[in-house]
Amino acid sequence: MSEYKDEPLRFGGKEFKSRLIVGSSKYPDPAIMQKAWEASGAEMITVAIRRMNLATGGSLLDYVDRTRYTLLPNTAGCYTKEEAIKTSFIAREMGLSDMIKLEVIGDEKTLFPDTAALVEATEVLAKEGFTVLPYTNDDPVVAKKLEDAGAAVVMPLGAPIGSGLGIRNPYNIRIILEVVRVPVIVDAGVGTASDASIAMELGCDGVLMNTGIAAAKDPVTMASAMRHAVEAGRLAYVAGRIPKKLYASASTPLEGMPELI
Amino acid sequence: MQIRLNGKERDVRDDITVADLLAEMNIHPERVAVLVNQEIVKKPSYASAILQDGDTVEVLTAMAGGMGRIR
Repeated sequence: MSEYKDEPLRFGGKEFKSRLIVGSSKYPDPAIMQKAWEASGAEMITVAIRRMNLATGGSLLDYVDRTRYTLLPNTAGCYTKEEAIKTSFIAREMGLSDMIKLEVIGDEKTLFPDTAALVEATEVLAKEGFTVLPYTNDDPVVAKKLEDAGAAVVMPLGAPIGSGLGIRNPYNIRIILEVVRVPVIVDAGVGTASDASIAMELGCDGVLMNTGIAAAKDPVTMASAMRHAVEAGRLAYVAGRIPKKLYASASTPLEGMPELI
Repeated sequence: MQIRLNGKERDVRDDITVADLLAEMNIHPERVAVLVNQEIVKKPSYASAILQDGDTVEVLTAMAGGMGRIR
């Protein structure tokens, strides 16, 4: 029997074999970051837009093989709709991408999104021709609003950014999967491999993570673990798990059991 | 004249364009986006965009948030 051949992840007119999207911050150094990217098998890397260090002219672009990786610019650090929209246009002007990982942060401590502003920004950017990937909370009502506003993907958080708390509300993620038609990618909260598997077993189309890999003791090995976890979770979802039951159900039938005593 | 470039004051010659400013700093235009007084300057306009005294200029690129080691 041959191994299951998965469908690619599709959105915005693009196809990706890998269902893992990785970040580019918090790594101990650029060499480890590059090795971790390779080990992750990811084809998409999120990048932020920041001031260039003019003394050196250094850029993250120096470290990314763009024939191999698709850049996904983000609006990290934006607290208003206006900032997020402007950052998206800056990323486009820079020639990075028409794709934007849209973040409109509503609270500094939790980094939870300002969902009202997020929906409005999504609508503006989608009309401007962007492929919008909004980072949202795990609220199915908001997820549907984002889809209606033109989001190409919805990206509910598993837990707060950088928290490593895992998929805190798998039931809401399941409901989101039922209410939207666009791909659902869990963004934020993944702390270890099982968290990524859980997201994929629920039926999510992908997982985006940064800190879980970058801040691990050994980021390269964790990147490899995450690759396997996403693949394993995906395969388990496709295969269809058994229903949960309270009592045992013997694996071996009793038919043909001899009279022993 | 003086401009404010990425948050720091910088003396530049009069009538310098965005293209000249980038060239002076050996910065390839393809790797950046430039804002003058908070407005995005499109790449085809770099050579004709003349800076004025007191302008605020931002030269931006792709960076990792908090990635101090990329210099």
